[in-house]
Amino acid sequence: MTFTRSLAAASLALVLAGVAQARDLTITSWGGAYQAAQRQLYFEPFQKETGIKLVEDTWDGGIGVLRAKAQGTPVWDVVQVETDELILGCEEGILEPLDWQMLGGKDKFLPAAVHECGVGAIVWATVLAYDGNKFPDGGPASWADFFDTRKFPGKRALRRGPRQALEFATMAQGVPPSKVYEALRAPGGIDKAFAKLDSIKKDLIFWEAGAQPPQLLASGEVVMTSAYNGRIIAANRQDKRNFKIAWQAGFVYQIDSWVILKNSPKKAEAMKLVHYLTRPENQAKLPALIPYGPTHVDGAKLVPAEYAEEIPSSPRNLPYGVFFDAAFWVEHVEKLTERFNAWAAQK
Amino acid sequence: MRAPRPPNRPPRCLATAAVDLRRALERAERRRALGGFALALPLVAFLFVFFLLPIVGMLAKSVDNHELASVMPKSAELLRTWRGVGPPPEEIVAVFARELKEAYLRREVAVVAQRLNREQAGWRNLILGTARRLPDTAEGGWLATLVRLDPAWGEPAIWAGLRRAAQPWTDIFLLAAVDLARDERDAIRPVPPEQAIYLDILARTFWISALVTLLCLVLGYPLAYLLASLPERWANPLLIVVLLPFWTSLLVRIAAWIVLLQREGVINDFLVRIGVLEEPVALVFNRTGVLVAMTHVLLPFMVLPLYSVMRGIPLSLTRAALSLGATPWVAFRRVYLPLSMPGVAAGSLLVFILALGYYITPALVGGAADQMISYFVAFFTLHTANWGMAAALASLLLVVTLLLYWLYARLVGIERLRLG
Repeated sequence: MTFTRSLAAASLALVLAGVAQARDLTITSWGGAYQAAQRQLYFEPFQKETGIKLVEDTWDGGIGVLRAKAQGTPVWDVVQVETDELILGCEEGILEPLDWQMLGGKDKFLPAAVHECGVGAIVWATVLAYDGNKFPDGGPASWADFFDTRKFPGKRALRRGPRQALEFATMAQGVPPSKVYEALRAPGGIDKAFAKLDSIKKDLIFWEAGAQPPQLLASGEVVMTSAYNGRIIAANRQDKRNFKIAWQAGFVYQIDSWVILKNSPKKAEAMKLVHYLTRPENQAKLPALIPYGPTHVDGAKLVPAEYAEEIPSSPRNLPYGVFFDAAFWVEHVEKLTERFNAWAAQK
Repeated sequence: MRAPRPPNRPPRCLATAAVDLRRALERAERRRALGGFALALPLVAFLFVFFLLPIVGMLAKSVDNHELASVMPKSAELLRTWRGVGPPPEEIVAVFARELKEAYLRREVAVVAQRLNREQAGWRNLILGTARRLPDTAEGGWLATLVRLDPAWGEPAIWAGLRRAAQPWTDIFLLAAVDLARDERDAIRPVPPEQAIYLDILARTFWISALVTLLCLVLGYPLAYLLASLPERWANPLLIVVLLPFWTSLLVRIAAWIVLLQREGVINDFLVRIGVLEEPVALVFNRTGVLVAMTHVLLPFMVLPLYSVMRGIPLSLTRAALSLGATPWVAFRRVYLPLSMPGVAAGSLLVFILALGYYITPALVGGAADQMISYFVAFFTLHTANWGMAAALASLLLVVTLLLYWLYARLVGIERLRLG
């Protein structure tokens, strides 16, 4: 009996210790090459500079995950989220409002990077990419080319699901990027986009993870694909590929944001970290490792010239881009995903 | 065992002694059974907490409809009992408008908006946009104020949707899981064909699982036979080869298949070089890729039960059949195959049920037309936080699987299942 009792006491003590023990400041980002760059540029220097211990986690997005993590006392503090998670999370009250004074004021950031509950982390884009070695006489230059299987025969890939696919199918009809969401909101706009996708259905395959498009291009599985811009350039730099991005074809760019989960027990430290992450001189260091752009107005100016052209928000690229309409997608993503899957499943 | 009665008391008569004896025996038996049960108690508790409760919770989630009632209790109560088509009477609208504003100030209105958006895309904005701009006082009545903010409030559809959201439980998720929906008059209708998807996906899930089971059986049976008939010295290393994939990460194995099967991959290259193919064929990101990768992953689950059953079949039986004049085929079909059936039944059931839940393999090596039902469960759970829909799809899969299991038990007989 004494043995059992002491065992019970010991385990109870362990549980209590676990509860009582204050955890370290936790930051959650998107893993892979991107988080490795963040670790080198931000997480390690931050710990050295402030003496605050920092623990990392990774995730792949999803408001469902964020909700689960925010229950009670959250196990994460600072998280990098996509726009729709920022909007939904802030409306649902699972995110802390940020201290914008500490960040230097809202006017110091791109307007799209400013939100009550979040501050822009990076500017990234979904672009049209192809292997330059496969097209010595010039590759696809527009989304119309992407949908033209006679001019450019072969398989092509899009991200599975309606997001960006519908935008690109709309651009392929000659709609300029800036008018894409207007066209999609107009009656029949979504039908037209689906009809366009349908026209090359037998040559389409779909990717799921950001690492797949460079792999699909490298293996010759597809002749062109939609892709995250950073991954394409990273493949060129690390694997000596000759992949090209057709910026002028039009692209959808998005801003990921830093947020702090509601009731974070480390709110002050978390705010300090968010401030550190969004300092212009720190943001400007990222493109050298992976070409995602700064959201701080001064940060954009500090990016070294040789990397500045490859980021989505550079003066060369920006005119061809359209900002991801999170409001449109928050509203429609469920029904359109169902429709996309029903469409994809029909032969 | 204890004596039937205390030794110091003399027996009154033989009959009572016999009854005493029986009672004491029963008591002892009961105590033993209870002891046995007590030993199994941790397991029972474990199953209850980590298996039964989550399933009940999931079933409950699929009909859960608490959002409106928890955020706007008075409106929910009024709307629940209100009958009629079109906008409800002014006093209900007034309560609704007041609670909407309060919910907005408490930052809870998003929950209601999200719930209504599941009835119809666009209602999220209707609720949020209205809540944001709602004035404190109504000019010309609350209904007129709402219609001024958005004409949709004058339509019957939104009010029918709100009434559905006010009920204590909902069937919209379960209906949606079988491609049905309710219209303005709450009648059940099939959804438009471009949204009808889940019955197809359910059928696809079972079809892919059945094919994978068949492939595993065709590949696994001879392999298990070989393992069982080899001397232990050889069988053990071979068994380790069979088990080897278990020790490799699932993702690594799938990635390896992509490398092997892709257009310029090893297999296509080889077939083109030896002249079997003129140009590479698509082996991955389609159904072929899914079948190949899933069969590879699940093969050990077929081989192991088969092997353990086959090891128990004496080779002398087949030899006896042969010596009595049976041809090898007849000896196999009449003697060996029936004896190995428990292994076939167990392996097939194991592979089939595991295959039903597959998610990551089809997601990575399949096309959009090869996704199985778990893909959509994951989509709704993680990406849109629509746990009702995720639970409804999961419940559908559970119910249909149990039905199939029951059918299987009737046809094959559960007592013939043997895992070893």
